[in-house]
Amino acid sequence: MVFVLNDFSQAFSKAIQLIFQLDPALLEIIGLSLRVSITAVLIASLIGLPLGAALALYKFYGRGIIVALLNAFMGLPPVVVGLVVYLILSRSGPLGVLGLLFTPTAMIIAQVCLITPIIAALTRQTILDANVEYHEQLRALGAKASRMMKTLLWETRFSLMTGVFAGFGRAIAEVGAVLIVGGNINHATRVMTTAIALETRKGDIELALALGIILITISLIVTSLVMSAKHAAYQYHS
Amino acid sequence: MKRVLTTILLILITMSVVIAEEESFITLSSTTSTDNSGLLDYLIPKFKDKTGIDVRVIAVGTGRALQLGERGDADLVLVHHKTSEVKFIENGFGIKRRDVMYNDYVIVGPKDDPANIKYLTKAVEAFKLISEHKVPFISRGDESGTHKKELELWSLAKIDIQKYSGDWYREAGAGMGATLNIANGMNAYTMTDRGTWLSFKNRDDLTLLFENDPPLFNQYGVILVNPERHEHIKYQQAKLFSDWLTSNEGQQAIAEFALENQQLFFPNAQREIATVETE
Repeated sequence: MVFVLNDFSQAFSKAIQLIFQLDPALLEIIGLSLRVSITAVLIASLIGLPLGAALALYKFYGRGIIVALLNAFMGLPPVVVGLVVYLILSRSGPLGVLGLLFTPTAMIIAQVCLITPIIAALTRQTILDANVEYHEQLRALGAKASRMMKTLLWETRFSLMTGVFAGFGRAIAEVGAVLIVGGNINHATRVMTTAIALETRKGDIELALALGIILITISLIVTSLVMSAKHAAYQYHS
Repeated sequence: MKRVLTTILLILITMSVVIAEEESFITLSSTTSTDNSGLLDYLIPKFKDKTGIDVRVIAVGTGRALQLGERGDADLVLVHHKTSEVKFIENGFGIKRRDVMYNDYVIVGPKDDPANIKYLTKAVEAFKLISEHKVPFISRGDESGTHKKELELWSLAKIDIQKYSGDWYREAGAGMGATLNIANGMNAYTMTDRGTWLSFKNRDDLTLLFENDPPLFNQYGVILVNPERHEHIKYQQAKLFSDWLTSNEGQQAIAEFALENQQLFFPNAQREIATVETE
């Protein structure tokens, strides 16, 4: 136990040292992590929010299967997603001509695949619950399903943030997929999680743990920034 | 829905354009031993200063590195398993193999050395004693060059190692660093390249027990991916790097690279032993 505590305290001082030195290599890695994961969350939201709402409001043949798949895909193993995206983007794969493998774009694509199901499934549940509450009202106003979808998405926008955050959390913390499709190339595709995996492999546990502490801190900062914005907006509206 | 799809497509296209406009670079698939030791970080800036070409490194095991070349995902490979390399060329995936350098493997294990290999002079004897004492040995178990070399040594020692798999012989299925971490955790022996060992920091009770026997030497070769199989391959630029690695300048840079005052890689490009040329 004493040893473990010792390891943690060393890692903490290393983390603080790294942050205050504003090490350019570290800043580059943090920057890419945020760029990749935030872009992935934005794209996944653009797909997942309308998809989830549509699944909640429209009745069509095969909806049950799509919903079941979506729920199952919330737990997709990142390594498998990485492998599939790799095979598709590889030069010998169907989209090989685009030359996207080992680029941040490839990493974004893999993360979109991972988190779209999460955002869509949570959106569907939120909209279902809201629909129970608003259904009569909206129908009385003669709203069509498409109109209802827009209204409900807007009315539940604060609750929907939970799903978006769940997606961001998974994206920023994920290592299996970005390692395969990004390749962990220094100055090109190295992000926080792949750097941590690399340092662990090199046996530099202290540096790995310090990077882990920084990753958690950044996650916390991003989440609380958006949470406080959400809180402010909520108060403004009510 | 159409609008959403258009937006996504636009974002993807913009991003790929941004990436395409970046400086000129080639992709090298190589092994963790060259990358984790810092050798490539030392060599690549020198090459870039001279030619303006950056080299992006994917560090994986030899098996996977060759596969990346085969699929056209790398422009050239720098690996260390002769048999696999020759097969790679015979299958038409690569051309112009050249010897670049060699390094060596060492056997590390717990300080108290339960198998008593410390004072031996032959690697094969060390492997025999480890198996006689049934002390835990961690194998890479990942089809890497190091793994294949280790299997060759077991067979030289006339030990059917698969019989002991899961018993005292453990296959980690992991990279060199991860394997060393496991060896540390289990007080076990393992075979590692010297570079990874010297740069490895989580040693605790692990120590170097056996070194300096010719069967532990390990030849590296550079192979260009065959541009006839993949037309996007940056053959000319990749060839520049291969030429530079085997030139006097590149060879000298390899010899200069040291970790903890020890030279790790020994250039031997001039000795054209059994080079496979297809042109």
